[in-house]
Amino acid sequence: MTTVEEVPQYTEPGTVILEARDLKKYFPVTKGLLISKVTGHIKAVDGISFELRAGETLGIVGESGCGKSTTAKMMLMLEEPTEGNILFEGQDVHSSSSSVRKAYRSSVQAVFQDPWSSLNPRMRVKDIIAEPMVINWNITRAEQQQRVMKLLNDVGLNEYHSNLFPHEFSGGQRQRLAIARALALNPRVIVLDEPVSALDVSIRAQIMNLLKDLQAEYNVAYMLIAHDLATVRYMCTWVAVMYLGQVVELSPVHDLYVNPSHPYTKALMSAALPSHPDMEQEEIILQGEVPSPLNPPSGCYFHPRCPAAMDRCAVDKPESKEISPGHTLTCHLF
Amino acid sequence: MATTDTRINTEVVLKVDDLRTHFTTRWGTVKAVDGISFDLRRGETLGIVGESGCGKSVTMLSLMRLIPIPPGEIVSGSIVLDGEDIVPISESEMAQIRGSKIALIIQDPMTSLNPVFSIGNQVEEAIKIHQDIPKRTVMEKALEMLRKVNIPAAETRAKDYPHQMSGGMRQRVVGAIVISCQPQVLIADEPTTSLDVTIQAQYLKLLKDIQKESDLSIIFITHDFGIVAKMCDRVAVMYAGRIVEHGSVRDIFNNPSHPYTEALLASVPKMDRDVDRLFSIEGQPPPLHDLPVGCAFADRCPVVMDKCREQYPDSMTVSDGHIASCWRIE
Repeated sequence: MTTVEEVPQYTEPGTVILEARDLKKYFPVTKGLLISKVTGHIKAVDGISFELRAGETLGIVGESGCGKSTTAKMMLMLEEPTEGNILFEGQDVHSSSSSVRKAYRSSVQAVFQDPWSSLNPRMRVKDIIAEPMVINWNITRAEQQQRVMKLLNDVGLNEYHSNLFPHEFSGGQRQRLAIARALALNPRVIVLDEPVSALDVSIRAQIMNLLKDLQAEYNVAYMLIAHDLATVRYMCTWVAVMYLGQVVELSPVHDLYVNPSHPYTKALMSAALPSHPDMEQEEIILQGEVPSPLNPPSGCYFHPRCPAAMDRCAVDKPESKEISPGHTLTCHLF
Repeated sequence: MATTDTRINTEVVLKVDDLRTHFTTRWGTVKAVDGISFDLRRGETLGIVGESGCGKSVTMLSLMRLIPIPPGEIVSGSIVLDGEDIVPISESEMAQIRGSKIALIIQDPMTSLNPVFSIGNQVEEAIKIHQDIPKRTVMEKALEMLRKVNIPAAETRAKDYPHQMSGGMRQRVVGAIVISCQPQVLIADEPTTSLDVTIQAQYLKLLKDIQKESDLSIIFITHDFGIVAKMCDRVAVMYAGRIVEHGSVRDIFNNPSHPYTEALLASVPKMDRDVDRLFSIEGQPPPLHDLPVGCAFADRCPVVMDKCREQYPDSMTVSDGHIASCWRIE
């Protein structure tokens, strides 16, 4: 067991903390009750690579079924990748000893979408926030409570809140509790799964600003899963656009919004709601829906819906290319 | 994009005047809707924006006369639909109006469709109830409606059950039911929040096409200013059961005059530009059973004055057709 580390070790912002290399997650589809036979695979995540850097945020956007959540689960070690590696500070997590894996689990934390279901209704706030420390750190009860108070302060709550139960809080406050719990072990990475979409509009800005402030203070890397492109623009340093388990475009945030290049990214941007009634938007309405990941289309997965599809797209699978520093995309047009 | 005002007819199809819907609870009277007034013209889209608990859903339920009585009650006010006040009429009279003159699309299509009937059956049901047409043409009409909302292969899909369809498709089926009776007013309560962005874009375009074709008036209930910017001609911003600001969509976006509207707009991240730091509104809306005497937003307002805590501001005119309830405008 580790002893209390009040001051996390300092990392230069921008240092790569976590790297995903060619991650794949296939879920088998079986048929038959007694003698089950694997009839196919759902390719939830199909070969994605990215890096998470200290003090920076990687946004993952895409429609439902594109593999965002499976990616998050693999990051949290809730799912074992079918192929590929997760390197944490240069070390392959899945082939390491159990102590490395345990350290990884406490360094990568999560904040979920719905703060009504992510907090145990029968526990007091002080116990909810202290629980990760009870499990992972060998510290006294007094030290735990001292840290709980500090965390409550960090997320903008007061000490008297520590004796209350989750139902006594509003949605925004509960999300603050979830953030405090995620911060308890001085994590290096926090996976944020739609952290504001369940909250009211006037509360969202509070939580987004809080997350940004905490990142600046603790230099933690965020992986933000979101579907609202405006939120992503505000929160992120990097954005990965996913479609059917693959990253079709990965870019620094400003680049992506000023110069979206992949046809799918363009379509997503045009489908996003305008921020002013006079805002000009290209109108690209994609036909149809996302195909089933059980039986993805040939060639480029996007070609049946792509407005710029060529003959080649139905046959060849495009490779990812770097079109400017840090901006890669997977499309035959480039 | 919002349509230009020139297209808008001046004929008022729905006029709500000083509507108050209260609920009796053990904590006291909850004034969920407390004196709201607005007009809806033919072919126009009105957005009602606000946070949860501001009374926008109770407004919607009051317009449909679906408030559970008790504990709720429409205490006062009138809702004039097509020349007739629907507040005092009986439930059986209302059942005739509901669906045929005023229709509703709610957020989750899975709860508005019956899971044990095929979708064709459900569209037919609405037609049978409200329209007097020969039995053998009912099915034909239902298929025509399904085609109108762009359901591919309508003949075969009509035999499908709601669970066999995706969220976007289900919401279109609800759309088909709604337009089959040619209502004058459609209330859409966050119809796209459960949909993906690209599907949402398809659906919003469909709604606009239907509106253009049949001169439908739509009330869009939402918390998303993006939807307002895209769909609405006029906007009413609600806070704690009252309309605090009301104006054309450009008035609201270019010249927000109530501090709440201003703060809400400033707290939303923008698609088209980098924002260094979002404005955040501190605190939370007050509980509706214990509203302050003066302005309900006073505790969170950055420009609060003493007067705000003493007396509720009347609605004041900012410019033609643009009103706001704030002492600052005086």
